[in-house]
Amino acid sequence: MRKLTIPEEEYMLPGHTACLGCGATIAMRYVLKALGKNTILSIPACCWAVIPGVYPKRTLEVPLLYTAFEVTGAAISGIREALNAMGKEDVNVVGFAGDGGTADIGIQALSGAAERGHDIFYIMYDNEAYMNTGIQRSGSTPLGAWTTTTPGGKKRMYKWEPKKNVAEIMVAHHVPYVATATIAYPEDMIAKLKRAKEIKGPKFIQIFSPCPTGWKHGPDKTVEVSRLAVQTNAFPLYEVINGKYRITVKPKHPKPIKEYLRLQGRFRHLTEEEIELIQKEIDRNWKELLKKERCSQEEE
Amino acid sequence: MSIILPEDPTPIARVPSTENKTGGWRTFRPVINYEKCIRCYICWKFCPEPAIEFAPPDKYLSPKPALAKFDTVEINYDYCKGCGICANECPTKAIDMVLEELEEE
Amino acid sequence: MTMMILTGNESAAWGAKLSKPKVIAAYPITPQTSIIETIAEFIANGELDAKYIRVESEHSAMAACIAAENTGVRTFTATSAHGLTLMHELLIWASGARLPIVMSVVNRAMAPAWSVWTDQMDSMAQRDTGWMQIYAENNQEVLDSIIMAYKISEKHNILLPTMVMEDAFILSHTSEAVNVPEQKLVDDFLGEFDPPFKLEPGNPEGYGSLIMPEGPYMEFRYMIAKAMDDARNEIRKTVEEFADVFGREYSSLVEEYKTEDADAIMVVIGTIGSTAKDVVDMLRDKGKKVGLARIRYFRPFPFEEVRALAKKTNMLGIVDRSYTFGYGAALYTETKGALYGHADIPIKNYVMGLGGRDITPEILVKVFEDMLKISKEGQVDVEIDWVGLHGDERWSI
Repeated sequence: MRKLTIPEEEYMLPGHTACLGCGATIAMRYVLKALGKNTILSIPACCWAVIPGVYPKRTLEVPLLYTAFEVTGAAISGIREALNAMGKEDVNVVGFAGDGGTADIGIQALSGAAERGHDIFYIMYDNEAYMNTGIQRSGSTPLGAWTTTTPGGKKRMYKWEPKKNVAEIMVAHHVPYVATATIAYPEDMIAKLKRAKEIKGPKFIQIFSPCPTGWKHGPDKTVEVSRLAVQTNAFPLYEVINGKYRITVKPKHPKPIKEYLRLQGRFRHLTEEEIELIQKEIDRNWKELLKKERCSQEEE
Repeated sequence: MSIILPEDPTPIARVPSTENKTGGWRTFRPVINYEKCIRCYICWKFCPEPAIEFAPPDKYLSPKPALAKFDTVEINYDYCKGCGICANECPTKAIDMVLEELEEE
Repeated sequence: MTMMILTGNESAAWGAKLSKPKVIAAYPITPQTSIIETIAEFIANGELDAKYIRVESEHSAMAACIAAENTGVRTFTATSAHGLTLMHELLIWASGARLPIVMSVVNRAMAPAWSVWTDQMDSMAQRDTGWMQIYAENNQEVLDSIIMAYKISEKHNILLPTMVMEDAFILSHTSEAVNVPEQKLVDDFLGEFDPPFKLEPGNPEGYGSLIMPEGPYMEFRYMIAKAMDDARNEIRKTVEEFADVFGREYSSLVEEYKTEDADAIMVVIGTIGSTAKDVVDMLRDKGKKVGLARIRYFRPFPFEEVRALAKKTNMLGIVDRSYTFGYGAALYTETKGALYGHADIPIKNYVMGLGGRDITPEILVKVFEDMLKISKEGQVDVEIDWVGLHGDERWSI
C-alpha cells in the first residue's frame, strides 16, 4: 500500500530528451495527472516541442498537435470548436506553451481566445526566457536577470524591465479562472487544475518552472528554487475565480529575496543596490496582491 | 522504383520514448539507503522523467516496523539522468549521489 | 437548383455553405468581408450548422482551421491581399500537414500604397506553398470551384488544401445570375469528410514533431510533390463528374477559346478572360486569327495543356496581372519553363492591370495587334512589356 498526495497514474513516459532536472517536465507530469487521459494537447515551438524526442518518438499518453510558435490560442480554439461540432464537449483541450509563446509572440492569439470565451485550458509554463532557442530574454524574464540577449558586459545590459504579468492580463480579460502554480507545490497545482476542470470557459494557469540550464543552478536544485520563489514572494501562488482573488500559499515570514537569487547564476552579477531594487519590486507586488485579495473578497 | 516512403502522408509520432534509454546520460547516480528511507514518496513525486517506481514493501528492509507495510521505491536506472532532485528533496537524506564508474573495457 | 442573383462573394459563401464545413475561422478584410458576413447570416439563421470562430487575425484564422481540420472536421476560410500574405507561414504548414482546407481568396493589390482593387500578386506570391490554386472568371465558377475543391482536396491520394481566387470588385462585388445547386446533390457529390488521420482522445499520436535530416523530411516533401502531380488527373475526373451531376461543364485545367488555327494565342488568368473572349470574337469577325487560353488551375501548373497550346499557334502572349520582381511575371516564367525544349515560337510577357488598373477591350485589341505583329515577324521585341504605364504612348488609345 502507498499513501500518495497526488494522483498515481502517469501520462508521461520516461526516455524523453529534457535536460537534467527540467522544471517544465515536472509541470507537464502534474498537469496530465490532474486532467487525465481525455485530453488533447496543443504545443507550439518551445522546449516541449522537442522534449518528446525525435520523430517518430512520442512521450505523452495523450494526442498532441505541434504547431507554429505564435498560434496556441488560435489552435486550441480550433480544436475545441471542432470537437464541439462533433459533440465531444467533454474532452479537455489544453494549450501548453512557454513564456515566449504566451507573453510575447503568442499574446495576440491568447487574448483572442480568452476574449471569445472558448472552453479551453491555457497552461503557460514559465521558465522566464526563450529557453529552447538558447536562453534569450522574454517579456517574462525577471528584473535583473542575465540572458543571452541581456548578457551584461561593460554596459551592464541585463534585463532591467520588470516581468510582464500575464496572469493579471488574463484577469483583465475576465476569464472565469486564472491561477499561478509551481512545481514545488504539486498538491496546490493539481487542486487548482481540478477546480479549473469544473469550470466552463477559458482557464489560464501560469506554472513557474525553473530551468537549470537557463537559470544556472544545479539540476538537483530545481524544486528548491521553485519553493524559494514562493517563500520569498518572488512568485506568489494564487487563483482568481470570477474576479475573486485568493492567495493559496501565504508565507508567514517571507524570506529575503537574496536567498532565492543567490542559488542562480543568472543573478550572480547583481550589486547590493540592485538586489534592494528587486526586493522593493517584490514587496510592492506582494502588497498589491494582498490588496486585490482583500478588495475582491469584500461583499458587494 | 524502390523508394522507401513513410506510411503516413504527414509526420505522425507513435513510437513510445521508452525506447530511448536516457540512463546513459548520467554522471552521478542516485543510490537509496533503505535504512533511512521513510517511504514518503517525495522522490517519486518530484522526478522529472519519471524514473522512480514503486516496489513491494518487503523488497527492502524498512527502518522501522511501522513503515514495513508501505510500498517502497526503486530507481529505474534505464532512464534516470542523475539530476539529483530526489537526493536534494529527500527529507531524511536517504539518497546519495554517487559518481558513475566507467565500465571496464 | 435555384437561379439567384449573387455577387462573387455571395457565390463563395454559397459554395462554402453547400459544402457544409463544420468550423469556419475568418477575419475580415476588404473586399472579402461580404463572404464572411453572408456566412455569419447563414449560421445565425440556422441555415448552416457550423462553429464560426471570429478570430483576431488571418494568421489565427489559418491556425484555427489547421487545428480544427486536424481534429477531423471540414473547415473553410476566406481572405485577400494582406490577410493572405499574413497567413504565409501557415499556408506552408497546412499543405505540409496534408489538410484539405478550402479557402476563398479575393485577389487584391498589396500595399504600399493601399489599394483594394484587383491584382493577383497576393495569390501568386503563395505559389510555393503547396496549395492548389484555381482562378475563377465568373461567379458561377466561384461557387462551383469551391465545391469541386473540397472533392479534390479531400481525396486520400491528394490531401492538399485549395485556394479559390476571384478578382476584387469585378467579381466579388458584381452581381451575376448564378445557379445554386441543390443541397442533396452536393451532399452526395462530396460525401462526409473522412480524413485518414485525426487527433482523437485515447489515441496518443503526435502531429508534426521534431525531425532529423536523416529522418524522412525529404520523403514527406516528395509525397506532397507527387500529390500535386496526381491532382491533375483528379481535377480532370472531378470536372467530368461535376458535369454529370450538376450539368455544367468546365475545362479541367485550361479553358481554350477559338484557339484552333490561331496565329497568336493570349494566355490569361481570371476575369481578363471574360473581356478577352469578346475581343477575340470582334477580331475574328475582322479576319484576325487570334485565340484565348484561360488558365484555371495555376497549381498544379498545367504544363501539358500549355505544351499542347504552343503546338497550335505561332505566338503566345502571356498576360500577367501581377509581377514577381526578378525576371518576368509568374505565368510567363512558368510557361516558358514548361515550353523549353518543347516549342520555339516567340513568347512575350504583357504585364497589365496592376493595382486594379482597368483592362479595357481597347487595350486588349492593341495587345492582340502587337501579338499578331510578333507572330508574323517571328521575333519578340520587348520580352517583358509593362502595358499601359503613364506616358507610354505605344499603348495609348
